[in-house]
Amino acid sequence: MVTLYDYELSVNCYKVRLLLNFLSISHQLHPIDFFPGWEHKSEWFKEVNPLGHIPVIDDDGYVLRDANAILIYLATKHDTLNSWYPVEQPSLLGETAQWMMFAEGTTNTASAARLHDSLGYEFDIDACRAGAHRLFRTLDEHLWFQEQRNLNWVCSAEAPTLADLVLFPDVILSEEGGVNRVSYPAIRRWTDRFRRLPRFTLMAGVLEAGILT
Amino acid sequence: MFAARCEDAALLDLWHPVAAIPDVRERGPVSTQLLGQMLVVSGQEGEEISIKEFMAPMVHGQVFNQGREVSLPVREAFGFVWTSLGAPPERLFDIPEFHETDRWSENSGSFRVHTSAGRTVENFLDLAHFPFVHEGYLGEQPYTEVKDYSVTFDDREIWATGCEFYQPIAAVSATDGQVTKYTYRLAHPFCPLLYKTSPVDPKRFDVIGIFVQPMTEVRACAHQFLSLLDETNDDATIKRFQAIIFGQDKPILENQVPKRLPLGSRAETPITADKTSIQYRRWLTELGISYGVIRDNTQRDSEPCSEIF
Repeated sequence: MVTLYDYELSVNCYKVRLLLNFLSISHQLHPIDFFPGWEHKSEWFKEVNPLGHIPVIDDDGYVLRDANAILIYLATKHDTLNSWYPVEQPSLLGETAQWMMFAEGTTNTASAARLHDSLGYEFDIDACRAGAHRLFRTLDEHLWFQEQRNLNWVCSAEAPTLADLVLFPDVILSEEGGVNRVSYPAIRRWTDRFRRLPRFTLMAGVLEAGILT
Repeated sequence: MFAARCEDAALLDLWHPVAAIPDVRERGPVSTQLLGQMLVVSGQEGEEISIKEFMAPMVHGQVFNQGREVSLPVREAFGFVWTSLGAPPERLFDIPEFHETDRWSENSGSFRVHTSAGRTVENFLDLAHFPFVHEGYLGEQPYTEVKDYSVTFDDREIWATGCEFYQPIAAVSATDGQVTKYTYRLAHPFCPLLYKTSPVDPKRFDVIGIFVQPMTEVRACAHQFLSLLDETNDDATIKRFQAIIFGQDKPILENQVPKRLPLGSRAETPITADKTSIQYRRWLTELGISYGVIRDNTQRDSEPCSEIF
């Protein structure tokens, strides 16, 4: 059984919850009082993760930290189709890794802006928002060109990959950090497609996709 | 970042919450804003808590050198630090349940929200949104009816009594759906509290409140206050429930336009379920408040629209 050390409003924890549900992996949540209690910085939690970060998973004694590491591990272990992390297709795997790195940027800009605006973190808010817009512009153009090739997802595959999964939370919650998305129509269509995937799960603050008309 | 300065005596003279005590003691100093003014709340363990107002703009927490510092009054109540920019009264409202020893009383987070304090208070007072915004938790479709309730105002507090709502998970201690009885109390223009049937002891009430700090006209900080009867759940589980509820409210609240609360009787169309809000808007009107509200029916805010759906 996988135990996820989790905080509901954390984008990085949400990434792991999404994959656990997409792959129907049996798991339990161990809520961490991240805010306002800062339990991730407590003495007991530092024995779980000396860096004092969440998410962390404990898979029957195998402890792993960092959202990307956890996702790669879980996808490789449980995804029988090897579509989320396509280890058998080198070029597609390269693309997936490239966009997962890109998502580090959206987490450090769009989601940092959200932490500033919601939880009062002291970040340079103007730099966070400007950085998020720069990356969203690139993503929007990329997704538009993908659509021209009849591709629905960030990477050139039929099915979504971890690249879509790690980008989605930063993008969908960006308004909470004052990063408006009205100028990114291809991103909008992509978020709708992602939210209509089977076994997609919401988090507080993420709304369901509109009904197809 | 400049923000309009508040000129409303009624707001300047109020006690306002500015930080949770542990945030100051363990992780302070806390930089924040109150009614457009920059404040720093400091006082590590063993020191007196002090609050300084900086009469100059700050950029990323750095005060310009020529800034003038003013010390503000400090009051500690219900786990929070309170201050005032004017001449505050001796008295702050009380929450008798806070002093009962068998309760779990704690702050469950100070969450900032991009809307006015008035909008934040009204969202807290609203029963009708439960089945839509908190579906599966505080409400469930098709149980959307808001039964009639009574509202009274005694010049100091608003009370809404006799409220009832069907809730699938009324609190983290709930094991089954229940018809929850609510009493709402506005103990202060920005401090709404609710008393709801405890899933543990139907004769007593859980008390939940938000102490809303008007940071600017269109930014607020909701300091969550809880006083619950719950011996089984740990802190993280109780706070998680509150974080989910708040996280669900946030996008809805931030997309209400205009962000400043309209007080004009024809600005928005209330229904019977909004009785408490109607009384609340009347109260703000009588207090002569103009900060964070739109007093006139003809005034309009120009807010950019956003995309959340």
